[in-house]
Amino acid sequence: MESMTTDRPLRVDNSEDVVRVRQEVRKRATEIGLSLVDQTKIVTAASELARNMLDYGGGGIVTLEIVHNVARRGLRLAFIDEGPGIADIEHALENGVTTGGGLGLGLGGARRLSNEFEIESAPGKGTKVVITRWK
Amino acid sequence: MDRIPILKLGHALLVTIQVDMHDRLALALEEDLTAKIVSAKARGVLIDISGLEIVDSFIGRMLDNIAAVSRMLDADTVVVGMRPAVAITLVELGLSLTGVKTALNVERGMTLIHERLVEAEATDGVDDD
Repeated sequence: MESMTTDRPLRVDNSEDVVRVRQEVRKRATEIGLSLVDQTKIVTAASELARNMLDYGGGGIVTLEIVHNVARRGLRLAFIDEGPGIADIEHALENGVTTGGGLGLGLGGARRLSNEFEIESAPGKGTKVVITRWK
Repeated sequence: MDRIPILKLGHALLVTIQVDMHDRLALALEEDLTAKIVSAKARGVLIDISGLEIVDSFIGRMLDNIAAVSRMLDADTVVVGMRPAVAITLVELGLSLTGVKTALNVERGMTLIHERLVEAEATDGVDDD
């Protein structure tokens, strides 16, 4: 059984907002006692996903949750946009695949940097990516 | 708008990135740096990222771009001071910054640039001063 505490969602509409997301994620990751390397990983993953929303989804929102299960605590982040969505998710997760002029590392990289990674998306329906890093 | 200061250190330029950079600041740095390489006739660029808590693919790409442009202007770029946690994360992210030279700290980075300068002068015998 998991319980959670949720912060107010953060809006991401410009690159200053991406910086703010990184700072909030860092704060929460420190609070739950993630190691420095794990903090760095989830902050970096958050930065990639927030930027993805900005570049491909026309901006969106980020929610931060501290989740608990019997054994441990974790930080769960959701990135939700109402952009064009992704038709071929598997393809989008491959390294080097990009439609926005970036390096195409965002989605696949964020998945590698997280303990759990879920993505829901369909053309015209926006995209929701949820990542969790456990202590 | 904020700018990141660029210092001249002998034949090299030193940039210390301490703030969490947003896009405009990163783009301004690329422009300022390339202009300064030419005006200062710099042969090397040292980018100190010891103040950065994370390097994501955006910043990684900026470092790669700076290195590529500097190379065209006959200057070497050395990224120095990367934190261990940042190095681990970058590799896992899939960004190994292959186009960029790295050194542990500013001193070693300067040595690297100086060695290359001495080497170049020995081969072509031209002093650029």
